[in-house]
Amino acid sequence: MVALGDVVVRATGIEKYFGEHHVLRGIDLEVRKHETVMLVGRSGSGKTTMLRCLNFLEEPTVGAVEIDGVRVEADPLHARSRRHQEQIRQIRLRAGMLFQDFNLFPHMTVLQNCIEAPTRVRRIPKDQAVATAERFLDKVGLTEKRDEHPARLSGGQKQRVAIARALCMEPQVLMFDEPTSALDPELVGEVLKTMEELAHEGSTMIVVTHEMSFAREAADRVIFMDDGLIVEEGPPEQVLDAPREERTQQFLRRFLRDASA
Amino acid sequence: MSLMVAARPPILEEIDRARRSTGRRHRLTFAATWVVIMLLIGAAIYATGNRDTDWIASFGPFILGGAGITVVVSVLSIMLAVVLALLGALGRLSSNSVINGLASFYVSLVRGTPLLVQIYFIYFSLPALGIILPAIEAGVLALGFNYGAYMTEIFRAGIQAVPRGQREAAEALGMPEGLVQRRIVLPQATRIVIPAIGNDFIAMIKDSALVSLIGVQELFWRAGTTGRPARNTLEAFIIAALVYWALTIVFSFFQERLEKRMARGDR
Repeated sequence: MVALGDVVVRATGIEKYFGEHHVLRGIDLEVRKHETVMLVGRSGSGKTTMLRCLNFLEEPTVGAVEIDGVRVEADPLHARSRRHQEQIRQIRLRAGMLFQDFNLFPHMTVLQNCIEAPTRVRRIPKDQAVATAERFLDKVGLTEKRDEHPARLSGGQKQRVAIARALCMEPQVLMFDEPTSALDPELVGEVLKTMEELAHEGSTMIVVTHEMSFAREAADRVIFMDDGLIVEEGPPEQVLDAPREERTQQFLRRFLRDASA
Repeated sequence: MSLMVAARPPILEEIDRARRSTGRRHRLTFAATWVVIMLLIGAAIYATGNRDTDWIASFGPFILGGAGITVVVSVLSIMLAVVLALLGALGRLSSNSVINGLASFYVSLVRGTPLLVQIYFIYFSLPALGIILPAIEAGVLALGFNYGAYMTEIFRAGIQAVPRGQREAAEALGMPEGLVQRRIVLPQATRIVIPAIGNDFIAMIKDSALVSLIGVQELFWRAGTTGRPARNTLEAFIIAALVYWALTIVFSFFQERLEKRMARGDR
């Protein structure tokens, strides 16, 4: 494991309402360089919304996010203003996002998926972007698929391409939103293995997941959320094996029962 | 997997053979039905004594020549319509209330007035405002404007049919709005709307007959101008109808091929 560095992601006082529904009720989160943080909790606990608030795919109702020195305050009244959108874009350039259903661009090949944003957003020369893309495709083990369209790939391969695509933007932090939930069981392993390698190499990662054994293996810190709040956080052996809070214990008991059923 | 290739049971061969012969019989009866209907119609016309082969020989080629103008007018109009529809759809989806209002006004006005009125207005009324357009230009403008408004809704539906995750993934990569639209959303929306555009193009070929009323010398104009004075309207309009029909069949064929080609990349 790589020693942790300075704080890269800092979210303060994040609250989110969907209509009248208070989904996030005041969350503070700090993630340090090289750290792997996993958000766990039952569905509806707000963990996915929290992750999406970090890069403003959901505009928080209240609070602020700072990633790698760029700080953006929630501004729901002027969410569409040019200035606010540009600030958000600066945050997004520093945070790579992985989705449950991959969201590869179906009209582009694997390679084109990987070089689209680097060449058009970062304006990196094409040959250089291709070289970077090939390096990361090699890393996720999909060099031979570079000229295929996403439709020709398995779910696991798609998610690994999505990881390569995110890495090509050289983000400060990678954010995963249940990256294996849409996969057939036999394909989950290859994605988790790739993520574990990234964690061990010192990538900074925030992962929303239901894979408890993966969290135990790869997390530096596990955060248990319930009802829009952080209930308990700490190293995995503490939160997952010796939880102090009643609600965490309940969640894990039910989780183990469902897993063994 | 077993290395031995199991012998194909004979029943499968029989099913295949039966299926092939049913298919053949079906296609044959289908074609025969068409031929019989056409022969009946032909015989009925023949029996009424309306057959002026000399007239057909001397004016037929002139009428056929109008098909070229029909196609040119239709192609130019559909191109104008696609551009207007794209702008219209982006306008209808824009959060800018002026742009949104403009696009909605366009769609409402055009859909709320008859195409024939629009054609007449552009050709006969605009000159009162000092805008004088030759017939073909006026016709193309009217058809393009009209179809553009209907296709605005098609494009809008196409854009909205692109999964939300596509936009989110592009935004998460830091792409600004213009790039998201141009590189990610519109290419996918285009694939979705191509069948509908093809349909509209075929409808446009037929609606283009209306521009004969402002003197564009296309297929229908030529049939009318030659057929009516000589009282050969039956021959004239049958020729025109058959040519429209043939044109739509040809373009339907291309449309199907195009759709198949586009679908191939996806799967």
